[in-house]
Amino acid sequence: MRRFSYHRAQELAEAVQMAARGIAADSHSHSKAEFLAGGTTLLDLMKLDVMQPATVIDINPLSEAGYGRIELNQHGLRLGALVRMADAADHPGVKSGYPVIAQSLAQAASQQLRNMASLGGNVLQRTRCTYFRDVSYRECNKRNPGSGCAAMSGFNRMHAVLGGSDQCIATYPGDFAQALIALEAAVEIASGSGNRTIPFANLHRKPSATPDKETNLRPGEMIAAFLVPAANWTRRSLYLKVRDRQSYEFALASAAVALDQQNGIVRAARIALGGLATVPWRALEAENFLRGKPLNEDNAERAASTAFAEARGYGHNDFKIELGKRTLSRALQQATALQI
Amino acid sequence: MGTVSTAAAPVFARAAQAQALPAAPSTNIDKPVGIALTINNRQRSVAIDVRTSLLDLLRERLGLTGAKKGCDHGQCGACTVLVDGRRVLSCLTLAVAAQGRSVTTIEGLANGGELHPMQQAFVDHDAFQCGYCTPGQIMSAVGCVNECHAENAADIREYMSGNLCRCAAYPNIVDAVKQARSVMKTASTQ
Repeated sequence: MRRFSYHRAQELAEAVQMAARGIAADSHSHSKAEFLAGGTTLLDLMKLDVMQPATVIDINPLSEAGYGRIELNQHGLRLGALVRMADAADHPGVKSGYPVIAQSLAQAASQQLRNMASLGGNVLQRTRCTYFRDVSYRECNKRNPGSGCAAMSGFNRMHAVLGGSDQCIATYPGDFAQALIALEAAVEIASGSGNRTIPFANLHRKPSATPDKETNLRPGEMIAAFLVPAANWTRRSLYLKVRDRQSYEFALASAAVALDQQNGIVRAARIALGGLATVPWRALEAENFLRGKPLNEDNAERAASTAFAEARGYGHNDFKIELGKRTLSRALQQATALQI
Repeated sequence: MGTVSTAAAPVFARAAQAQALPAAPSTNIDKPVGIALTINNRQRSVAIDVRTSLLDLLRERLGLTGAKKGCDHGQCGACTVLVDGRRVLSCLTLAVAAQGRSVTTIEGLANGGELHPMQQAFVDHDAFQCGYCTPGQIMSAVGCVNECHAENAADIREYMSGNLCRCAAYPNIVDAVKQARSVMKTASTQ
């Protein structure tokens, strides 16, 4: 692992100030400042030499300053960025009021990782694309801009069928983000120049021509919290994850589904797909298709087909288009049948 | 396994020669950092390179070789320890970030000469073959029971899935956790 300077921030103002200083000090360098929370992505990628921060700012003491809290009221749910995955997954109010959130967290990683990893870090986890993680491959537009994409013609079984570009087809690997985008969450972002709040859907960027720019966070900004609005669809919600093994594995295909239905008719559906796209993927076409319709098997399948109208396979991952449709169709049928 | 050397002295000599990066704000990047933490109920103070993982600190500096280095990337669970009572992966924990915390390793589990109920259960059920993953399995299983995630066999399999056993002793591990859960629960209600 490369050398870095380690700083421990006791307060948020101190953390963002340290980040700004770290960025200024590194302005001539390729590397930059990174925040350390659970460290489960950062340490892993620093060992692999994929990430090379010159400054690491430990923000774990901020857990005590309120960024580790879960707050629940009639307006919705506020999840501090330093809440650990395991604590949100086990929270009784999250489990009953926002099951898709609890399930997306419980089905991710292992319990040791969930005990460590923060929610803020979770949504910023990096792709599992092997060409990104293995620095012996020169070609990776995400890690080494302009070098090409080894996955296009390489081993791409796990890669994205939605949201790719001719520069990058790396899959966004997380689960929790699908729950957030489906429930129309917002992200509270802190920096030295104040706070701003953006829709979660605007946090991640599709690869397009700049796959190295994964989010719309500005240098030195830190995620402070996630805000999930209360809505009629949050309780009738679930996360269905299909993977190569039963537990402790990334999704081949997953669906976050939330339904508001009355007398068997869908008033509103909220749908996101995971393991299939380059970013947390909201399936608006499928949502629109279902509005005002009964959610029977036929409509579930047609909605799922709509979601994959633009999907494109690259060889090894062709199967994910059909798998994704079936995953979404099954998730919709399970959600409509939930006894709540 | 390349990071074993990060805790050893030669790193400092090598680091002192390299001047590729600009000076960091407020701290000398080459200077070892002094930290204090509690390990198995004993206060320890050490000076470390900030890159040192908690696993390397335990194994290479403190001679606590119970926690094992399997993958060193958070994929196998062999390095599992308890930090403030929660099971975590010591290979993905920076030792410097664990300052002030209380760490329990497999060496700190027994009560004098008496095995912890989880250790005894692993012996009783022959819940291992080669034994390499066992310290991590046992520490993880203790965490699993304390979290109340060991209520039935399906839960145990799910919540122990972060600990791989290449010998596939899984059925006996599940039986051992079940036994220890009963003993631990009885003990905690007495």
